[in-house]
Amino acid sequence: MTLEALRALREGKKAEIDRRETDGKDVHIIIGMGTCGIAAGAKQVLEAFIDEIAAKKIENVTVKQTGCMGLCYVEPTVEVKVPGMPDTIYGKVDADVARKILKDHVVGKKLVSDHIFDRPSTDILK
Amino acid sequence: MHAEIADFLVDCLQNSVEAKAAKVILNYTEYVGDRIEVEIIDNGCGMTPAILKKIQDPFFTDGTKHVKRKVGLGIPFLMQAVSLSGGQFHVESEVGKGTKFSFSFDLKNIDTPPQGDLSAAALQTMMFDGDFEFEFNRKRIADGEEKGYTVLRTELIDALGGDLSDASSIKLAKDFLRSQEEDLV
Repeated sequence: MTLEALRALREGKKAEIDRRETDGKDVHIIIGMGTCGIAAGAKQVLEAFIDEIAAKKIENVTVKQTGCMGLCYVEPTVEVKVPGMPDTIYGKVDADVARKILKDHVVGKKLVSDHIFDRPSTDILK
Repeated sequence: MHAEIADFLVDCLQNSVEAKAAKVILNYTEYVGDRIEVEIIDNGCGMTPAILKKIQDPFFTDGTKHVKRKVGLGIPFLMQAVSLSGGQFHVESEVGKGTKFSFSFDLKNIDTPPQGDLSAAALQTMMFDGDFEFEFNRKRIADGEEKGYTVLRTELIDALGGDLSDASSIKLAKDFLRSQEEDLV
């Protein structure tokens, strides 16, 4: 694939994106990518989110990486922000849990209780 | 300990981005069946000789990310992996100028980690927050034949309409970077 082909693909998708009315309705998925997260396999989690979002055509999703959230013992961690739901940090996330988070939390508006770890550790400053 | 060489790369490259580098360069040369040579060069804040020594200590961190914790494992992990697998490691740095890591892995050594997905490592690096340029120069030399490619973060983000946080843009970037790797083999 060349950059020109990539640009053309992007232009093709742009029309779809422009039609969406977001008005702050974006879903934010933030994946911990500190040394602890990397060592625990956060790369696979990122890949699972990206592939599943595309496969299920879930719209208005922003995916970002962050550093260590101080929850090293339960990495990989993912913070999920969905309008109308409480901001939630999930721990011990793998590819299967990532897909479950998308299906249950993002689409179904239901928390994945087994993996909730609340807020970042108090001694971590951004 | 990280599982793949790609993971070590992301960890080191993140350090460069966090050092407020305006430009980060990854030179990755694979001599198939023989060795991998890597350079990570940044023009970030750089380190004093004293700090340069301390980064090798797994219980040292600069105190900004983890105020009360004393752990910084990224560089010690890399040094250990290189040392265990018969590779070479070198780091030089100058305050106000930047840092250069040079290391190699012996591909004939059983303890050398698998390379992993280099396109994913490039994607993850490009996804870090900040207005930096990332230049990835990838070479693969096999049977005397050299193939390679270069990708620039600014060019890729520009081709994606200026955004690499939307999931659909990230997917396109992932597919693009993967296609560059696949063309090498």
